Amino acid sequence: MKTMTPFNIWKNISGSKLFFSFAALVSIFLFDLIFIPNFFAIQLRDGNLYGNVIDIMRSASTVCILAIGMTLVIATGGVDLSVGAVMAISASVAALMMNPYVMAKTLSAETQRLINDPTFTFAPFGSVIIAALVVAVICGLWNGILVAYFNIPAMVATLILMISGRGIAQLITNGIRIQIFYEPFSYIANLWLIIPLPIYIVAFMLVLTWFLTRKTAMGMFIESVGANSRSSFYSGLDEKFIKLLVYAFCGFCAGVAGLIASSNIKTSDANNIGLLLELDAILAVVIGGNMMSGGRFTLLGSVIGALVMQATKISMYNLGVPANAVMAIQGAVVLFVILFYSKQVREF
Amino acid sequence: MQSENILKMEGICKTFPGVKALDMVDFALRKGEIHALMGENGAGKSTLIKVITGVYEKDAGQIVLDGNPIDLRSPQEAQNSGIGTVYQEITLCPNLTVAENMFIGRGRNPFVQWKQMNEKASQLLDSLGIPASPTQELTSCSLAIQQMIAIARAVDMDCKILILDEPTSSLDEDEVNKLFELMGELKDRGVGIIFITHFLEQVYEITDRITVLRNGKLVGEYETSSLSQIELVSKMMGKALDDVTKIKKHEPKKSATNVPVFEAKALSSDAGVRPFDFTIQKGEVNGFAGLLGSGRSESARAIFAADKVTGGEIRMNGKKVKIKAPIEAMKRGIGYLPEDRKGDGIIADLSVRDNIILAFQVMKGFFRPISRKQAEEFADEYVKTLKIKTPTINTPIKSLSGGNQQKVILARWLLTHPMYLILDEPTRGIDVGTKVEIQKLVIKLAGEGMSLTFISSEIDEMLRTCSRLIIMKDREIVGELNGTDLTENDVMHVIAQGGE
Repeated sequence: MKTMTPFNIWKNISGSKLFFSFAALVSIFLFDLIFIPNFFAIQLRDGNLYGNVIDIMRSASTVCILAIGMTLVIATGGVDLSVGAVMAISASVAALMMNPYVMAKTLSAETQRLINDPTFTFAPFGSVIIAALVVAVICGLWNGILVAYFNIPAMVATLILMISGRGIAQLITNGIRIQIFYEPFSYIANLWLIIPLPIYIVAFMLVLTWFLTRKTAMGMFIESVGANSRSSFYSGLDEKFIKLLVYAFCGFCAGVAGLIASSNIKTSDANNIGLLLELDAILAVVIGGNMMSGGRFTLLGSVIGALVMQATKISMYNLGVPANAVMAIQGAVVLFVILFYSKQVREF
Repeated sequence: MQSENILKMEGICKTFPGVKALDMVDFALRKGEIHALMGENGAGKSTLIKVITGVYEKDAGQIVLDGNPIDLRSPQEAQNSGIGTVYQEITLCPNLTVAENMFIGRGRNPFVQWKQMNEKASQLLDSLGIPASPTQELTSCSLAIQQMIAIARAVDMDCKILILDEPTSSLDEDEVNKLFELMGELKDRGVGIIFITHFLEQVYEITDRITVLRNGKLVGEYETSSLSQIELVSKMMGKALDDVTKIKKHEPKKSATNVPVFEAKALSSDAGVRPFDFTIQKGEVNGFAGLLGSGRSESARAIFAADKVTGGEIRMNGKKVKIKAPIEAMKRGIGYLPEDRKGDGIIADLSVRDNIILAFQVMKGFFRPISRKQAEEFADEYVKTLKIKTPTINTPIKSLSGGNQQKVILARWLLTHPMYLILDEPTRGIDVGTKVEIQKLVIKLAGEGMSLTFISSEIDEMLRTCSRLIIMKDREIVGELNGTDLTENDVMHVIAQGGE
């Protein structure tokens, strides 16, 4: 039997995959506690909670959801650079379905009135959500087919959609930024049920994905394919199909994130929605303690990773650091966390 | 000595942690000869080559090149001293042109003189009779031509010694002949060629002398014309051959009333095995014997559909079945423990428990997960019965020793309860104790009614476990031996003489 000396306990904790990402988050909060007065103050207004911590979680929600999908892709040894563009595509699809009239050259007075009516949507709300997500899944399948069945390196295969995806999103909306007046759509990002709805969505996606991977054998299959796809093949696994599924799921996550992002700004902005978020998502996964080479993965780690980056950003804003400098500081934090994963540094 | 030695190595030693890879090896290469370097896996061939080419530094010994003692410290130095090497996997740049490949990385001029380069390449190709144009892309050439271009590159660098490491393994017969012509041409120019191959026929076709290594030690140096194939095989395997040359009578076959568990007719795959017939009865242990590259693994892989099956008919328990992917083979009750434990067997980062349940879980499908508790029970059970030494069942398999890793993979297959289990080199690189345990296990499983195919480079261990040996050579079955009192001589005779 191992005795539980303090050293052993420390070794157990620090050996855990979640340790460094969690420690980074705690350190940032400790920093805030000391240097930013009232950082953790939370106000209760109309039964809803507001404050910096709520802000961090709300604004990190898109990257959290992207990171969940990205974790699985990275676990298979791949990467998906197209998630930002897929967000834009799903946002465009949703906007067009709710308000297709912007495409018309002239509008009758009646339609003009309808467009500005916050209770009007062209297609039923449910079908809008489903269609946007289905299109996102198709984007993911496209990536998966290129990677798994055509053996194109993931970085190249998903780069194709990363670049063309924004063009596709522009084509869908004819290059117009469609304003969304339909009120319920804006609830996705802006509704408070004690805490904001996006936080519930992140929690739901996390639990759903955890359930799909850890309560079935899929998680083990994904890890197995990522750690050694040849051994997996010899054990009877259809490693191509598993990769396809994972990319499709990553597309689904990007679709959800796209809906939140467009709901937040109440427009479909094909040029800016999800811009460069693929990189944030990849970083979140890495900060979370997942290996880029694939294999074992932790979903919770990736979500914490996304929170670490957002917490840094909001803490710096609170300190009054200019936006440009915040990026540099964020980079430093990421570097610091990732250095701890390097064996050389840990054994130093 | 009618011809001078161009390379002379004496008393070469090289030790890696825990292994004496080369132990006082002598080797001499004459000007204008083709010299085969022979030995089974792990004999020390590649270590010796790497010492010659400066990849490894020798621990002791002397290398004399052209009368001058040399001490090579890098492949670059070896190249500069006139030692050219062409490896099995072509190490050229596929997207560059033929001429670029021949001249890349040579000379100090930072500017390329294209015209001059292409002209020089063209002359060289002509003089060696290589049918390629200097300006065509390397990928548009066949493998044989690529191989020859690699050789031409070495030749143009004024090499005195050319090392060819398994150059023929991916070539067809025509291509091999072309390569041999080129080798003959170089030999006439006075180049000393070291030729490594697993194909015995080719050794006798082209080489002048043979040096045999075994377990890092020199077995001897022989004139090819005075060493018979049987003697060569026995020297490589390290078993003295007695003078009895007659093959022992085959034991009478088992009564054929039993329907075989597995039966293949004219099975072939895209990995280059010639169509073969094969049957195995319930509770039988048979083996595929042969040297490395003889097709023994490829045949096993064809049965498991690990390579693309291109033809043939399979019956299991008398019923005709189609098997197109490993999962289909598994569902029919076939298991396959692959040859390369590290690359194809273990999943290094996953725990012992996950590694054990993987194949069984794959058969069940992902939506019917084995509960953690049940997985732990399975893992505990096999850790106990196979005596797997691991700190816990949650330890990553990569931190176990080779023998214990192999037991985990065995457990993976036993958990699927196969009717027919193929073990491809299950004991390679494993300590003696575990080897014996695995052999005993094979016999025990057969006693319980499982059919097994046992493939090994070590004939004696196959003799101990198998009641029937299928002998393979040059990717085809050349013989079959039955009976309980087979000897290694029997097997070596068939390997050496078979197919003729």
